[in-house]
Amino acid sequence: MRCRRAAVAAGGTVRAGIPNHYSPPTDLAGMTLRKPPLREAHAERDAKFTEFGGWDMPVEFDSIRAEHAAVRESAGVFDVSHMGEIEVAGPDATTLLNRLTTNDVTSLSPGDAQYAAITREDGVMLDDTVVYRLPDEERTDDGAVGGDGVAETDGGAAGDDHETVPAYLFIPNAGHDAQMHERWVDHRDEWGLDCEVRNVTEDWAMFAVQGPDAPGLVAGAVDDGGPDVRDLSRFSATFVPLAGVDCWVARTGYTGEDGFEVLCPWSDAEAVWELFAADATPCGLGARDTLRIEEGFLLSGQDFHPEDEPRTPYEADIGFAVDLDAEFVGRDALAAQAEAGVEETFVGIELLDRGVPRHGYDVTNEDGHVVGTVTSGTMSPSLDKPVALGYLPVDLTDPGTEVNVVVRAREKRAKVVSVPFE
Amino acid sequence: MSFDVPDDRRYRESHEWIDPETGRVGISDFAQDELGDVVFVELPSEGDAVDAGAEFGVVESIKAVSDLYAPVSGAVIAVNEDLFDAPELVNEDPFGDGWMLEIDVDEADLDDLLSADEYRDQIA
Repeated sequence: MRCRRAAVAAGGTVRAGIPNHYSPPTDLAGMTLRKPPLREAHAERDAKFTEFGGWDMPVEFDSIRAEHAAVRESAGVFDVSHMGEIEVAGPDATTLLNRLTTNDVTSLSPGDAQYAAITREDGVMLDDTVVYRLPDEERTDDGAVGGDGVAETDGGAAGDDHETVPAYLFIPNAGHDAQMHERWVDHRDEWGLDCEVRNVTEDWAMFAVQGPDAPGLVAGAVDDGGPDVRDLSRFSATFVPLAGVDCWVARTGYTGEDGFEVLCPWSDAEAVWELFAADATPCGLGARDTLRIEEGFLLSGQDFHPEDEPRTPYEADIGFAVDLDAEFVGRDALAAQAEAGVEETFVGIELLDRGVPRHGYDVTNEDGHVVGTVTSGTMSPSLDKPVALGYLPVDLTDPGTEVNVVVRAREKRAKVVSVPFE
Repeated sequence: MSFDVPDDRRYRESHEWIDPETGRVGISDFAQDELGDVVFVELPSEGDAVDAGAEFGVVESIKAVSDLYAPVSGAVIAVNEDLFDAPELVNEDPFGDGWMLEIDVDEADLDDLLSADEYRDQIA
C-alpha cells in the first residue's frame, strides 16, 4: 500500500509511503517545523501528526470520525496554536486595521469579534481572519502602550489624566503570521500611522472548544469569581480567569457548532488544555477539516491562495465580510466586481456515485468539458456521503445542476447543492 | 502501540497481507491504523488478473488516498463486496471481515514475501 496523497496536509499533493515510524518533524524543504506548546503531551496521547502551515500538528488522536461526531453531538477540544496572533495597539490602530481588512473595523467595541478578508490591491485574498477588539490600553508618558500585551486586562479605564488607545488582536492562518506582521508594519510606516504591531503568535496558545456541550463545559472550567461565559453572544469575547491565568475567551469557532476559542499564555497551555480535555474529546486537524467542509467554510491556502487559487471575497461567497464603505486595500477592485458581477463562485457539490472528491480533482459539465476544480472534498462523516467545495461558472451554480467530478480518470455523477451540506 | 500480525499470513513491505491457505488479500492492522477511518475501497472485478507488485486498487481514508499492491500474481476469484457498503470493516477487522480479494495463488510467488516475524521487525 502506498499513500498517493495526504488529503489533510495543505494542498493534498504529498506523496509518501506509509512510514514505519513518525519521522523527525521537518517540512518538505527540510526546515524544522514549529511546535505547539503541547506537542509532547499530544504525542503521549498517541496523536498522529501532520505538517500544516509549517507547524507540526495533531491530525487525529483516535479517529477523525469519532472526533467529528463528538463535536456535532457533545464537545471536542482542538489545539489550534498554529493560528497566528498579531496585536495592534495605538492611536491609529483602528485606521491601520480598517485599511488592511475588508470589513468595517470602526464598528467594533472592546470585546467584539469580526470575520474579514485581507486583500491585495486587485481584490484577491491573501488570507481570511478574525479581528478581536481588545480592551483599550493606557498610554504611558513616553508614548509607549502600557502593559506587555493582551494580558493587560485592567488598562483602559478612561480617566481624565489618562490617554487610552484602541487595541486589537487579529488571527492570520497558520504560517501567515510573519507575512501579515510585515504587511502591517510596512503599511503603518508607509502611511505614517502611530501604533505598535507585534507578532505574538508564540506568546499565545489557542484552543477551540466546540459542540453543543461546549458552553456548559467552558463555563464550568472558569475560576471562581469569573464571569459566566454563557452570557457571551456569538462573536463576542472577554478576558476570563482559567487555571489561574487570564485567558481571552471568544464565542467563535470554525465548526458550525456553538463553542469558544480560548487564547492563553503559551507557558500555561497545558493547565488550560487539561481543563477542557477532561470532558471534551481531544480533536485533531482532520476533524477540523471535515467539520468546516460540511459547513462550506473556506480554508485559506487551499480554497483560496494568492498564486494557486486567486479569488476575491465575492467569488469565495464571503461578500458579507466586505464593507465597500470602508477604505481598504483592494476596495476599488471589489467595488468594480460588485458592479460587474462575478464569473465564478464557490459552491457545494455532492457526489451521487461512489467515490471521494479531493483537492485538485476536475469538475466537468454534461458534455465532459472541464468547468472547475474541487478545492476541498471529503467523505462527510455526519452525512455519510461524498461532498466537495469548489468554484464553478455562475451559470452552473443553481442547486440541482448536474456536473461530474473526475476521480482517477473516471467521471462520477454529482450535483450542485447549497451549503451547509445536508 | 502494538499491532496484530498473525503468523499464518505473508506480508509485503507495503503492508498488504495474503493468506497462503485461502489466497485472501488485505491490508495489515498497522496499515489500517496509519490510514485512520477507511471510507472507500476500489477493487478489481472477479476474473481480473493481478500482477505481483502492481497496483490492484485504492483504499481511501478520510485523510489519505493509498494505492494497493498485489502480493502475488494470479486471477481474482472473489472480491469482498461488503467493503463497498461497509469500508469500516477494514479498520474493524483487517485480517478477517476486512479482507479485499481472493487470488488463485501460485505457491512459488509466496517465497518473495515477508514472514510474520520479518514484517513485525519492519513495523517495530
